[in-house]
Amino acid sequence: MRKNRNNHTLTASAFLAPSMVGFLLIAAIPFALSFGISFTSWSGIKGLALFSPSFWQENFIGFENYAKILKSKEFWVSLLHVAQYMVLYIPLMLVSSLGIAMLLNKPRKGTAFFRLLFYIPVLTSWVAGAIIWKWVLDPQYGILNDILLRVGIEGPAWLQDPKWAMFGIVLASVWKDMGFYGLIFLGGLKNINPIYYEAAHLDGAGRFQSFLKITLPMLTPMVFFVLIISLINSFMLFPQVMIMTNAGPAGATQVIVERIYKYGFSYYKMGYASALSWLLFLIVFLFTYLQQKLQKKWVNYDA
Amino acid sequence: MLKKSTVILMVVLMVLGLFAGCQAPAAPEATEPVTTEEAMVTEPEAPAAEPITIDFMNFSANEGGLLTLGLMKDLFEKDNPNIKINIETFGWDTYGTQLQTRIGGGDAPDCFELGLDAFPSYVDQSAILPLDEMTAATTTDLSMLTEKSVQAFSLNGVKYGMPYSYSTVVLIYNKDLFDQAGVSYPTADWTWADADAAALKIKALGEDYYGLIQPISTYEFFKVVKQYNGGLLNDDNTAFTVNRAENVEALQRLVDNVQVTNICPSTEQRGSLDEWGMFKLGKTGMIVTGIWAFPSFTTDCAFNWDIAVEPGAVTKATHYFANGLAISADSENAEAAYKWIEFLATSEQVAQLRIQLGWELPCATYQTAMDQYAKLTPPANRQAVFDSLDYVVPVPQIAQFSQMGDILGAELEAAANGTKTPQQALDDAQAALEAAITLG
Repeated sequence: MRKNRNNHTLTASAFLAPSMVGFLLIAAIPFALSFGISFTSWSGIKGLALFSPSFWQENFIGFENYAKILKSKEFWVSLLHVAQYMVLYIPLMLVSSLGIAMLLNKPRKGTAFFRLLFYIPVLTSWVAGAIIWKWVLDPQYGILNDILLRVGIEGPAWLQDPKWAMFGIVLASVWKDMGFYGLIFLGGLKNINPIYYEAAHLDGAGRFQSFLKITLPMLTPMVFFVLIISLINSFMLFPQVMIMTNAGPAGATQVIVERIYKYGFSYYKMGYASALSWLLFLIVFLFTYLQQKLQKKWVNYDA
Repeated sequence: MLKKSTVILMVVLMVLGLFAGCQAPAAPEATEPVTTEEAMVTEPEAPAAEPITIDFMNFSANEGGLLTLGLMKDLFEKDNPNIKINIETFGWDTYGTQLQTRIGGGDAPDCFELGLDAFPSYVDQSAILPLDEMTAATTTDLSMLTEKSVQAFSLNGVKYGMPYSYSTVVLIYNKDLFDQAGVSYPTADWTWADADAAALKIKALGEDYYGLIQPISTYEFFKVVKQYNGGLLNDDNTAFTVNRAENVEALQRLVDNVQVTNICPSTEQRGSLDEWGMFKLGKTGMIVTGIWAFPSFTTDCAFNWDIAVEPGAVTKATHYFANGLAISADSENAEAAYKWIEFLATSEQVAQLRIQLGWELPCATYQTAMDQYAKLTPPANRQAVFDSLDYVVPVPQIAQFSQMGDILGAELEAAANGTKTPQQALDDAQAALEAAITLG
């Protein structure tokens, strides 16, 4: 029995080894190193010698980076921008991906085609997607403002207007992600036993009531998963900002990861960038922990 | 069930497979470093058993210059059989990240190209070698490099880079629109008042016509303030002077051109079109931009265009941008690397090759090469490229220029779109810069 279990562990290790090596090299080691770097003034354009005493003598500055970040207005403004993004993105994404899942759940002609169609943006690279959205949101020649004009609304300048730029990025992000989250919801919907709906129908429940009392509660594990993933992704907001607005106009879409990138690779302050990353990690960790704690109150795992 | 030995074998194979993919290329066997005397005096050298390989990283060959750089390498290697050049070319977008990662990871290329704006940061971090000693030891004639270009890559009197290529920013104008509006063409003695007046007449040609495209960005602004006798920093670069009166006056004009007369299109009016794209549409009279636009405008503009030296205000000031060549502080073959970068900077053949293939202008001022360049059209008035050199002001030489550019840029955008007055924007920029950057 014991030998058998050992064999299982070994087999599992064999299959995990390649990805573990990758994880150690690409994620875990840099992750640990960045913690050390965050206490230094290392620029990133000199060799990194974390195990040499002279490196520490030259570069060690204690908690100075962390103190500077917490005192800087820029950090809090960037966080506020992330919060703005979340407030707009998460509800819109939840509604649209759930809507797609509901539409694709019913067997109709062409369902497979539409499933693919909604999933294509997920596979598209952000560079291509963001460039398309820059055209869509063009105030003069963009298709979105053209449609709005046809129904009598004069569209804003989206990405060129500090008040609307973040919303423009939200629209592109929802388009990109709704296929992925839609698929997760679709999996959840397929798992709901039809017997519940039949019983509800017999009891005289309408469609809306069935949705509210059966579908939504049964989907809560998916909603929870999607919430956690989308929350973490929101904190990681980066490629679309770099390509669509480069943090502009007038800094209106400046966000934390964009700041980390700029401090590390443009301002040559790798120590400061590392400290920013660790603060971001703490924030994401805290939010995920809170969600995990609160889930007991609303997530229903009884399928 | 898998046998234990099979499983162990699988683990080993998979892990080895992973490493095989990311194995570093075999390092050339250690050779005796070339001494200064050997490198400088004996030419051509007798081929040694194992030549030194120099890693050279650059970005400017990325846009159509790869073959030309290859030809330059062949020329060099023919004369220096003991040195082999390994060229690594990256696009501008990723170049800084690539270079930084290589240096940070302890695998710095021996020599590399640096833009004028990034150069003070590398000096500040002692990431590149001073070149004065090597220059003193060389027998090569360096007189074709102008004092100004050598100065651009020197800091506190120490030379850190070989000037490689340069560009200037000029006023490019749509001749057809000037004809249509009945306005005479810009000349070298124009001031902004002349340009703005002409722009107004061109704007009057039609609803979606504009007179001038002049970006409201840090790269434009650092020079415009000089035209008003202002400046973003004090004389010895120890304090920001962003909100001084002359700068506010300069910004007021730029903003009024967008907000009041609208001779310049706003970012909303431009939408997703960049400045060049807007000019290429053929409905904008003038654009202030770099001479690197020439190949693109030659291909894409369906109208006649020419250039003039950029107008001034109280005085004239033009934008000079240069790329230089530096040697890594970690290079083990600095002397050999120096020979290569000196060759690139000073060789007449290199200068001619650059011009023949329409690459950026070489800093080496060989008359034959310059004459060849001046003959290329459009633009007909190519001489204005050289005339602009009389008024050049380099970008501020501070290690934190990139961060400064972003902070100021955001405030300039706020002024341009009308959310802040020029005074407010520059006051806020001054405060933000003082909080974020310690100079001196």
